[in-house]
Amino acid sequence: MVFLFYMLSAIMIICALLVVFSKNPINNVIYLILCFLAMAGHYILLNAQFLAVVHVIVYTGAIMVLFLFVIMLLNLNKAIILRKSTVTRVSAVITGGIFFLVLLAATRQTFEIHAKYPFASDFGLVSGIGKVLFNEFLLPFEMSSILFISAMVGAMMFGKKDV
Amino acid sequence: MKDISSAIQLIPLENYVFLSVALFSIGMMGVLFRRNTIAILMCLELMFNSVNLLLTAFSAYHSDPAGQVFVFFIMIVAAAEVAVGLSIIVMMKRNVDSVDINLLNRLKW
Repeated sequence: MVFLFYMLSAIMIICALLVVFSKNPINNVIYLILCFLAMAGHYILLNAQFLAVVHVIVYTGAIMVLFLFVIMLLNLNKAIILRKSTVTRVSAVITGGIFFLVLLAATRQTFEIHAKYPFASDFGLVSGIGKVLFNEFLLPFEMSSILFISAMVGAMMFGKKDV
Repeated sequence: MKDISSAIQLIPLENYVFLSVALFSIGMMGVLFRRNTIAILMCLELMFNSVNLLLTAFSAYHSDPAGQVFVFFIMIVAAAEVAVGLSIIVMMKRNVDSVDINLLNRLKW
């Protein structure tokens, strides 16, 4: 199990770095899909099977296909030379590294607090999540349909030729 | 189900915290690093997903299903956000014929 965790984590981090550093947008999308598939594996490891399935369907099935569709629609599939200046890129890497170190140092202080919670999860299947979703979270679930309608109207507004 | 739980117990919660922090930092670095707007949107998705993973890990280790429901809602918001963001990129390509983020700097002044 621990070996599986480290393997999935290594795949995720390498793919995330390749998303940032590779030039071709199509390659970016493919690496991001690989990263998301590894994350679905993490969800299964955490005993959250419903979230794993939803993640694969929504992210890799809908969102990344939408990205690919837009890249092909706008004909961006060749490596365009859009690079920031070297100073900006080096400072971006330094900023990310320092941010990582600060967050790591901050979270290391809190481990005594949550070390006493063992892994106890038996609600990851559809029945467990559905009972919670349709009892206490019914109103936000219905509200999300309004969010979707407004997002749809907004996307169509932006897509029109002359507003 | 019992066997799975006892097998996963070997992984401490700290590892998930470290992994999410690393992914979030990589996503933030990508937002600062790239000039292509679509790549910036992809790095944004990376940051979204690191937060999702952390929320799921805490939810599983505290045995509270509300965290996983919250991840589900975050996925809903992310889907809506990507639809609007990609339509903004299409509009940008149509108006200025580029996806360079440096051309969209008129809101700065």
